[in-house]
Amino acid sequence: MENTHAIVVGPGHLDVADHGPTASARMFDIPADQITEYQLFHLQGDLSEAQLTELANRLLVDPVGQWWMPGSDQMVDGLVIETGLRPGVTDREGAELVRSANELGLPVTAATVGRRWVVQGDLSDAQVDELSQRVLHNDVIERWAVGSLPPAFADRSAATPRTTTVVLDGLDAEGLAGVNKRRRLGLDPEEMVAIQRHFAEVGRAPTDAELEMLAQTWSEHCAHKTFRARITVEQPDGGTEVIDGLMKTFLRNTTDEINASWVHSAFVDNAGIVAFEDGWDVAIKAETHNHPSALEPFGGANTGVGGVVRDILGVSAKPIAVTDVLCFGPEDLDPDHLPDGVLHPQRIRDGVIAGVGDYGNKIGVPNIAGAIVHDPSYTTTPLVFAGCFGLLPTGSNPTSAQPGDAIVVFGGAVGRDGVGGATFSSQTMGAETAEVAGSSVQIGDPIVEKGLIDVVLAARDAGLYTAITDCGAGGLSSAIGEMAEVLGAEVDLQLVPRKYPGLAPWEVWLSEAQERMVVAAPDPAPLLELAERWSVGAAVVGRFTGDGRIVVNDGSDGLIDLSCEFLHDGRPQREMFAAALDLHRPERHHVSVDHKTMLLALLAHPSIRSNEAVVRTYDHEVLGGTLVRPYAGVAGDGAADGTVVIPPGTSGTRGMALGIGINALIGRLDPAAMAWHVIDEAVRNVVIAGADPRELSLLDNFAWGDPTDPATLAEIVAACRVCRDAALALDAPFVSGKDSLYNVFVHPDGTADPVAPTLVITAFGIVKNLDVVPLTGVVEAGDDVWLVGSEAGALGGSHFDNVLGSDLGGAVPAPDLGAIERHHQLADAIQAGLVRSAHDLSDGGLAVAAAEWAFAGRLGLALNVDETTESLFGEGSGRYLVEVSPDDEAKFAQCVPSAVKIGVVLVDPVVVFGDLEVTLDDVGHAWRDGNAPLESPTINGGAA
Amino acid sequence: MSAPRVLIPVALGTNRDGDLATAFQLAGAETEQVPLTALRNGERRLDDFQMLAIPGGFSYGDALGAGRLLGLDLAGWFGDQLREAAAGGMPIFGVCNGFQALVRAGLLPGNSAKAVLTANESSHFECRWVTLAPTSLKSVWVSGLKEPLRCPVAHGEGRFVSDDLAALEANDQIAFRYANDGGGSARGAYPANPNGSAGDVAGVCDESGLVLGLMPHPEDHVLSRQDPLRGRTTGGLCLPLFEAGVQAVSS
Repeated sequence: MENTHAIVVGPGHLDVADHGPTASARMFDIPADQITEYQLFHLQGDLSEAQLTELANRLLVDPVGQWWMPGSDQMVDGLVIETGLRPGVTDREGAELVRSANELGLPVTAATVGRRWVVQGDLSDAQVDELSQRVLHNDVIERWAVGSLPPAFADRSAATPRTTTVVLDGLDAEGLAGVNKRRRLGLDPEEMVAIQRHFAEVGRAPTDAELEMLAQTWSEHCAHKTFRARITVEQPDGGTEVIDGLMKTFLRNTTDEINASWVHSAFVDNAGIVAFEDGWDVAIKAETHNHPSALEPFGGANTGVGGVVRDILGVSAKPIAVTDVLCFGPEDLDPDHLPDGVLHPQRIRDGVIAGVGDYGNKIGVPNIAGAIVHDPSYTTTPLVFAGCFGLLPTGSNPTSAQPGDAIVVFGGAVGRDGVGGATFSSQTMGAETAEVAGSSVQIGDPIVEKGLIDVVLAARDAGLYTAITDCGAGGLSSAIGEMAEVLGAEVDLQLVPRKYPGLAPWEVWLSEAQERMVVAAPDPAPLLELAERWSVGAAVVGRFTGDGRIVVNDGSDGLIDLSCEFLHDGRPQREMFAAALDLHRPERHHVSVDHKTMLLALLAHPSIRSNEAVVRTYDHEVLGGTLVRPYAGVAGDGAADGTVVIPPGTSGTRGMALGIGINALIGRLDPAAMAWHVIDEAVRNVVIAGADPRELSLLDNFAWGDPTDPATLAEIVAACRVCRDAALALDAPFVSGKDSLYNVFVHPDGTADPVAPTLVITAFGIVKNLDVVPLTGVVEAGDDVWLVGSEAGALGGSHFDNVLGSDLGGAVPAPDLGAIERHHQLADAIQAGLVRSAHDLSDGGLAVAAAEWAFAGRLGLALNVDETTESLFGEGSGRYLVEVSPDDEAKFAQCVPSAVKIGVVLVDPVVVFGDLEVTLDDVGHAWRDGNAPLESPTINGGAA
Repeated sequence: MSAPRVLIPVALGTNRDGDLATAFQLAGAETEQVPLTALRNGERRLDDFQMLAIPGGFSYGDALGAGRLLGLDLAGWFGDQLREAAAGGMPIFGVCNGFQALVRAGLLPGNSAKAVLTANESSHFECRWVTLAPTSLKSVWVSGLKEPLRCPVAHGEGRFVSDDLAALEANDQIAFRYANDGGGSARGAYPANPNGSAGDVAGVCDESGLVLGLMPHPEDHVLSRQDPLRGRTTGGLCLPLFEAGVQAVSS
């Protein structure tokens, strides 16, 4: 056994702002006066004292402001708690420490990085425990101890478990359910029967690896069982309707019907592909990473971004932009109201945001659009949607592996991280989930993925592969399984690089460790050379055969021998039931509130207020192509609607515009209306960004509860139906999507806590003239302000009601076919160069939009609108505020005949709606800084 | 005279190499993005080029501190070549992670003053546009700049701290300082000074004036359309900085 050494480095930094543990401890009422963080390095190797000193000085401390000491020295000034990663969790810093120490000739064989915390304050044992659990570490990926924590180096002598068989023969329904549960396969009873029958026909018992591969391939995550199910829908009149697959009926068929010339690939492969300009295509995709983010917010969100970037790389495109839409519980939630096993929304929020930023920043892809929504239903099940956009030369994504092609795996070695991710994310969660699903959650390694991008693009340009896909959930099993869907393949697991010994063969086959791609190559030699040039791991692990079987061996041991036909088509179609949906809304109860207080409260609403501080922790400038940023305007702190990127390397005369729509409040009352509403919002955003609304492509992301509940499935069916109607009306095809179901937390007493029905729509459009793109925020005093769309909006499901804390009834925003004509007319006015600036009427209605828009331009507005609640705060489709020079009045009126001139831009920093008046300082205080008015808006007269 | 050739080394995790290449190309240079492995195995050599420009990114994932391991690579593998090149009058440029690496490698500030680029005062990564006042008459890159530049910062460890700032000032080695919108001193105030750098220092040069390092990304403001204030104001374009470097080779 080699010697181990520990080194403590402190302080972390020169005096930096304390966003850290001391403040968090205060939130949980833990009486820690001061918590100081030190870096802790554990090293394995026979190092002399002189070598240890050299290592510390050259690799660990800064020459100004830092010191180090041996870890065996005691800290005298408080209680010591140490934390460190569990074995097998990605540890980039430890790996680089070994590499660089060896470069210096220092004999380090292993290294791992942890933290030492020194706590001042009088804490009980229970409080120390709580501090460790809630603030200092996350049990899913880390360990902790009071005093010194022994390092967890991987055991290099661990024995490798053998493959075993699982006897299904003769088991009854209960027996099969037992196997299903014990192995956490997450399969339906009918599916277990189909597997039992198949192996009875084959005449042998399945191996553990075969069962795991089937469970992964047939998981909700990979097979979209609900969206492919045969659904019987109850009708209000008592009849029934049968839908043979939601995905086919409402999404894929709709895209086929629209038959848009710009769509080059939809609903096949990892991402949709659409035309951008002569010679160039754009690949687009949005994913969810909800369950992992609930358990390990940083790692979950981190790998969420990594996963969707890999999806784009998986269609041979260069990732050029990422997006993130995040849904959290209330930040001010009383910690005492947190269910067991649930992290506080603030901790989830901080971790998720850091995870999103870390990945995008490190791979050098700008994060250019997103949203943050707060709602109590997201407390137990936060939602993380990550999108990615990529650029590829038209027709450059090869998709036909040939028999005999080598199977080449690029990227990181395989460890025990992320085993079972596909099956885990296809099940509901509960208090015990964190304990049992720990190994399903990972931390990303963006640096490896950055290397993968370089290698894959170089290989694409040199024509070195015939097919490509990424290792997502399900690892090699899923990637090679999909690529060999028709051909069949033969793999030797002994050829797969591993981080350490001791992995069961089925774990190697299914490990999800993020940063890996698989390609089919007629000649692997030049690929291996390329990988070495870019310092990326690569290995040939097998070949495509053409015999229609997946055969996996572990040396001489047989692991898997399945027919592709059974693997991919042997799953019985799910039969499901959807109830009739009751969308009846009660009459509105009209109330009177102080409009100014309400406006300020809305501006400070957690889902409306500025997220600039978050967005500035993301790099939105790298690659140099960002034209319209998420926050812009005179001082860079005004909210843009859609954002625009000019893809680097293209002609530079066109931009890609992105818009996002999401609304949990309407979703809860009427999922169908919500679907229309969020599609319209995404479209409005890209119209304002200067895109052509006659040439749009859409992405759908469904996040719902348990679809086996007929009422929940009814909501999903209703939303899907609207997706079809809206796509046809807009002539805008869906090209890719993702459904995330089972977003439910089951409390120990059995009550289920599902998320609000949530549909995120991403719209992609092309800006054909960069010179006419409207600016963010009003531009010039004296310009006219025009309203496009109706002045009054709906209040059912409004943020107005949300501020008051009750549903006051009344209609939710109704689907509005007239909105489409307005989108087109406004786009034409923009193309004609008539629009200086514009802002859409979204959450909070006209008053909020006007205040945000004026603030971004640091100019005032005088608007002549009815001072009714409906006009000021109502929400609806196809509504915009538009700034037009008085010189262009006639031309604009001709372009948008329904537009109404409602006011002017003022020099004075004040927004005026008749008697209602707010200063830009008020707006900044509420919207930018998030300060709610001192007194909450109340209903005058008290009756609600 | 043919266009000077700029070597842009790429380590695992480098990510703004393309942006830097674009900037130097617009300034009239030829560029080549070369993986460090190709430099290490001798496939490419520094003396095949007339300039070295180290790009931004997260080399080695910023493990053990931003730029530290890339700095070790530079000093350990190419120390002799670098010293030779600098002595021979080669302009050397490092931006963001490249600046951090040049400091770690000892090329900047390059005299007895010790310096570090440490965690931002805010303790997190930040991306925002800043104004830079050019302040050095010694730097071949900066001395000819007529007006303040505007460009984004995008870093978490960009706070410049030195044990002898006065010496660097006396020696005319402060190349850029963060400034307010009008170009006046930021006086240490956030957000004009985005990271808490002592003396608002955004970039420094070595004693010869040939080596320049800075935290902000001038390579992301070489076209007027990249300016977030387009349509509202003009100016601050950073192309002249790259042209000055190219000019320093040609002359």
